[in-house]
Amino acid sequence: METEKLIAALAQDVQPRESGVRAMWLTAGAVGLAAVLLAFVVFVGPRSDIASALETPRFLLKPFITGILFASGFAALFRLMRPGVRLERYALALLAAPAILAAAVLAEMILLPVDLWRDQLVGTNALDCLTVLPLMSAAPLLVFIWALRQGAPTRPVLSGAIAGLSAAGLGGTFYALNCTDDSPFFVMTWYPLATLIVVGAGALLGWKLLRW
Amino acid sequence: MAQFDEETLAGLMRRANGGEAPAYAAFLRAALPMLRQIARRELERAGGRGDDPEDIVQEAMLAMHLKRHTWREDEPIGPWIRAITRYKAIDYMRRRGRTAERVDIDAVAEHLAAPGNEDPTLRTDLERSVERLEGKSGAIVKAVGLEGEDISAVARRMAMSDGAVRVALHRGLRRLAALRVREGN
Repeated sequence: METEKLIAALAQDVQPRESGVRAMWLTAGAVGLAAVLLAFVVFVGPRSDIASALETPRFLLKPFITGILFASGFAALFRLMRPGVRLERYALALLAAPAILAAAVLAEMILLPVDLWRDQLVGTNALDCLTVLPLMSAAPLLVFIWALRQGAPTRPVLSGAIAGLSAAGLGGTFYALNCTDDSPFFVMTWYPLATLIVVGAGALLGWKLLRW
Repeated sequence: MAQFDEETLAGLMRRANGGEAPAYAAFLRAALPMLRQIARRELERAGGRGDDPEDIVQEAMLAMHLKRHTWREDEPIGPWIRAITRYKAIDYMRRRGRTAERVDIDAVAEHLAAPGNEDPTLRTDLERSVERLEGKSGAIVKAVGLEGEDISAVARRMAMSDGAVRVALHRGLRRLAALRVREGN
């Protein structure tokens, strides 16, 4: 095919541009949030002592950290879906959630006597965390992958993994409202493991689905 | 490296986003030397002797077309064009690498030596995929892309409205890109 004919053909397929990539990305965020909220209300629900838990910093720290994980990953997605746009400081922002968690763990080491560490780390909801958190993250992950497909990610596996990270942040934020283990020791052990499952699933989906 | 007037390219693309077909054709023509340069350089870097950079150029053009909403009008257009072309160059070499492994030289030696009925360099990868497109939208992509017919001529010949042909052309181009992805996996 002559390139000149291809140009002529493409030029005949030009209409005023449909909605931009930003609107689509924001839609994906809203739909992802709605999906998690629905799953939370229908299947999970808040822990029974949520009212008093809301007054303890240990509890509040959990959705705070996962919320930051979601936001930093979500911001990175908007850059990953556009060719030629560098991640730069957005990659750095992804470290914010782990950094805050590390600081919280240090504080907990100071506050908590050593003989309590083990029980706090093991907690009582480890299995829940490893299953409910990834399940709640599944819907936003699929929505984010869909959004990336509408974009043009030049790094499909990385994009899928970051979609997983962000989705796990969103799922984790709501899961945290249900989980009764609030110690940073528990959070540092089980939340990242659960997140890794979602990141792995995202990377796999990215590899399979994000070619264009 | 030759400098390309990215401001002009961005200006043309902004007008294309407003629906101006001539500005869009001018954008694609103006971007062509840049695409060719990137394609050639990527092939040289990978040592791909004998590969046709025009294959990459056409893939990149179709990709830019279908993904043009991923360029934001307030951002520089050069990095966008370069990133898409490089992505398509890498994709092209990945396909080629895989095909090369699969080909049994003895089995094709006879064909390699025999003079072909046609000059293979005249047929790009994209053209081969266009020929495999089925249905009405496939026929329209063939008519417009291979034979160079314009939309109103196709509409008269197929007894369709211009608008319907336009919609089918767009669908056909999307199917073409999807077919390329499937064939590359």
